[in-house]
Amino acid sequence: MNGAHDLGGMHGFGPIDPEVDEPVFHHEWERRILALTLASGAMGKWNIDMSRHARENQPPAQYLANSYYQTWLVGLEKLLLEAGLISAEELVSGSAAGALPENLAKKVLKADMVPAVLSRGDQFHMDDDVAAKFAVGGRVRVLNDHPTHHTRAPRYVRGHCGVVERDHGVFVFADANAQGNKIPQHVYNVYFTAQELWGPEADAKDGVCVDLWDGHLETA
Amino acid sequence: MSEGHDHSHLSDTELRVRSLESLLVDKGIVDPAALDALVQTYGEKIGPQNGARVVARAWSEPGFREWLLQDASAAIAEMGYHGRQGEHMTVVENTPQVHNLVVCTLCSCYPWPVLGLPPTWYKSAPYRSRAVIDPRGVLREFGTELPDNVAVRVWDSTAELRYLVLPEQPPGCQGMSQQELAALVTRNSMIGVEKVAVPKSGGRL
Repeated sequence: MNGAHDLGGMHGFGPIDPEVDEPVFHHEWERRILALTLASGAMGKWNIDMSRHARENQPPAQYLANSYYQTWLVGLEKLLLEAGLISAEELVSGSAAGALPENLAKKVLKADMVPAVLSRGDQFHMDDDVAAKFAVGGRVRVLNDHPTHHTRAPRYVRGHCGVVERDHGVFVFADANAQGNKIPQHVYNVYFTAQELWGPEADAKDGVCVDLWDGHLETA
Repeated sequence: MSEGHDHSHLSDTELRVRSLESLLVDKGIVDPAALDALVQTYGEKIGPQNGARVVARAWSEPGFREWLLQDASAAIAEMGYHGRQGEHMTVVENTPQVHNLVVCTLCSCYPWPVLGLPPTWYKSAPYRSRAVIDPRGVLREFGTELPDNVAVRVWDSTAELRYLVLPEQPPGCQGMSQQELAALVTRNSMIGVEKVAVPKSGGRL
């Protein structure tokens, strides 16, 4: 979706203004929403692309006004409601109207499982033997697609040509994974010159590397 | 921060998070002890000191540097750093010719096992919007001036690959242990917005 999250190349946001000696969290609630989000994921009701979509799928003005962890809160509430793990009434009241079904209760992340679950991580690589559609060194163009669903092809590369620098292997295609479909595709690192993306005023030496799937590209 | 029972000072967001946590605990979706373990892990245990050890080892051991550049996931995992948001690592090396800079324009992708959670500026609209279109301006804001002959390469973390910059080793590090070298390596140098500064003490800490 062409949302406010797709920020690459926009103007007007001002200086970066990094905070000196910044703490990991600025408020207690930030720690809590991070932990709630990670723990709720153990229910297995959504994947990382669905959670990214839940966060980015907000009215642009709201997305930009939210702090980072406020957007995590918005995303988690949405995921829990859409998955049917909680009801709208429960969300308002803050207390449970019924118990969790037994099959889900078995999935709850326990404290002693945390180190193993975090160190194992997620599985994005797929073992499927899928042929690569593009070769390293080949020239590709990013499709000029504007899907209303989740996509990991940022707007600033669409329609532009680059060179395949690496084939990272076969991964689950994020755009489809956000809709619950596991499609194995090659992911490539594609190099775009800064002048291809931003015009002749850009520095001729500079460039941007973007990871893109088969489904984002065509031969150029 | 005060954590008393007077909630009148709490923001709407804080009240919403508290209410959601109560609900999820009440419903049995989350275990309070697991929440504490998660907070402790990312608040205290995992941070850029991990990445700094990887960089220091790459500077000290040519064989490890080669491995890191060829198969970063395996080389980093061998040092005990792996897992969530670091499943597929790529290390990009700064050289006298190329300076690398990492961003996630679409969200906040960042190599958690080696750098911990990202700083606020990395997740902010100014950095995410400008890193790809104005990388030299971004670098200047961090006090990083590059010679005219150096190319800037920006890595936008749009898939599940996570990028770590291997900064150039500054002069004046002769005879330093890996531990001393790691102490020189900043988080920002591993994102690519800064270089590693020359050690002040002229080689020994």
